[in-house]
Amino acid sequence: MAKSAEMQKFKGTPGQIRRQRIERTGAIVISLVLAAWILVNLLKSPQQVAQVAVLGLRNGLLYALIALGYTLVYGIIELINFAHGDLFMLSAIFSSYFITVWFKQDESNPAGWLTFISALFAVMAFGAVINVLIERLAYRRLRNAPRLAPLITAVGMSFLLNFIGLKWNGSTPRQWPSVIPNNDIYIGEVRINMTTILLLLVGVPLLLALNFIVTNTKSGKAMRATAQDKQAAALMGINVNKTIAFTFAIGGAMAGAAGLLYQQSIGTTNYNLGFQLGLIAFTSAVLGGIGNLWGAVVGALLIGLVQGLNDGLPIAFGQQWSQTVVFAILITILVFKPAGLLGKVTTEKV
Amino acid sequence: MTAMLEVKNIEVAYGKIVAVKDVSLTVNQGEIVTLIGSNGAGKSTTLRTISGLLKPRKGEITFKGERIDGKPGHTIVSAGICQSPEGRRIFPRMSARENLELGAFLRNDKAGVAADMERVLDLFPHLRERIEQRAGTMSGGEQQMLAVSRALMGAPSLLLLDEPSMGLAPILVEAIFDTIVKIREQGTTILLIEQNAMVALEVADRAYVMESGEVKMSGKASDLKKDEAITKAYLGGH
Repeated sequence: MAKSAEMQKFKGTPGQIRRQRIERTGAIVISLVLAAWILVNLLKSPQQVAQVAVLGLRNGLLYALIALGYTLVYGIIELINFAHGDLFMLSAIFSSYFITVWFKQDESNPAGWLTFISALFAVMAFGAVINVLIERLAYRRLRNAPRLAPLITAVGMSFLLNFIGLKWNGSTPRQWPSVIPNNDIYIGEVRINMTTILLLLVGVPLLLALNFIVTNTKSGKAMRATAQDKQAAALMGINVNKTIAFTFAIGGAMAGAAGLLYQQSIGTTNYNLGFQLGLIAFTSAVLGGIGNLWGAVVGALLIGLVQGLNDGLPIAFGQQWSQTVVFAILITILVFKPAGLLGKVTTEKV
Repeated sequence: MTAMLEVKNIEVAYGKIVAVKDVSLTVNQGEIVTLIGSNGAGKSTTLRTISGLLKPRKGEITFKGERIDGKPGHTIVSAGICQSPEGRRIFPRMSARENLELGAFLRNDKAGVAADMERVLDLFPHLRERIEQRAGTMSGGEQQMLAVSRALMGAPSLLLLDEPSMGLAPILVEAIFDTIVKIREQGTTILLIEQNAMVALEVADRAYVMESGEVKMSGKASDLKKDEAITKAYLGGH
């Protein structure tokens, strides 16, 4: 009886059934541990939980903007673009120079806000152009090469951008003034600062715009077709090279926007920023299921949330374990659910 | 009759392996021409070269008087050549409707696209019932119909069909070939690859026989059907 009930629940070969059972059990155990952890903290200091959750989700939104670049590129050419995090880093430095050095804005006033808005457009264009150039100069030639070649090239690109960042920013972290208002809004006793609201105001429309482009426009349709079968896409009259370049452009623009938002909300730039945040964003993309757009967003918000809770709650590993927690999540997901939370195992190729 | 497509002495290679050498063929306006031959004879390679997925090392291809060899695939579609490729190559994670819409990717005449959608669904009524289904979950026969329909959605003046009967039940093969004849009646010129030479020669006006990358024989389909060497080699002999 027990066995037949189980057969109904899980389908497939004994191996698959075993795997599904491990996944199911793992998911339940992890959710329970997380729930218990949050509950204990909630009982201890409910207001602090809400406060760090807001901060965590704010960072999660930032990770989402970067993670989308990884997942878009992976979705279309199955390349993990290791240079993407460094593109984010360069964008942050570009934003600093644009606002503080070139336009000399260092306080929150209408001129500063106007510069911020122009900086948003400029840095998105910057990210898009650099990313398209990278694809054009390095990855396009290797499109039909064995997979390892573009992967190693991406690592090389990452170093290249890293050293440009080192030269541009200097080897030590630099502090920059923000043009974002400094005041806070209180919901109950939870403090929400202006940068969080700004991140929402810029980040959420960007995500919606991206979703609209991919699902409703002709270019988006071309992207999805190219992702599924490049040769068939060419037979439909789709310009495959242009479509791939377009994908890199919107991924780069998202990283650009993330760079500006990071720079204005955190206020510090460093040449190795791309390595840290890039890896976290990559982890988000894998957690959600790499290649899946909403997966990247969900993964990023989850990572941001867990990281925020861990860094700020009274009963937690604490900030010094922040990265450990994030990469433990990466390893767990790769071992137990390599396709990610929203990803599907691709089996439809004949 | 005027030559619509002219392939002159092309040679195509994958790395060092020459798959097609010195192949020439013509397709005239309004014809059904078939390219027959065994596996690995170079038929698909020839078609893929015409579609611009491969570049010939030698020779030239002209379509309606213009050189098209070496041009990228999408420009060849805009010139008016659409292909239903070998192995169907439909977009599995999209619905049948989305697949058909992609076939009309380069067209801007909304009314014309809608009319053609109706036309292909009339040709393949079975697809109409499955129009919102994910293409990857369709049966082989349905996918084949979808692939042919998708190519027709580009409103091609020349339709390239690569093995439209592959893997289909005999009754479906008959249906597909009836439809091919109908498509020609509606004014589309067709270049058809088939392993099932008997059926192909039945519907075609002219045929080319390929073997090891070369054209070994060509002529009117009705003559080739009577040719003893052909029947022996490709039609199972009598």
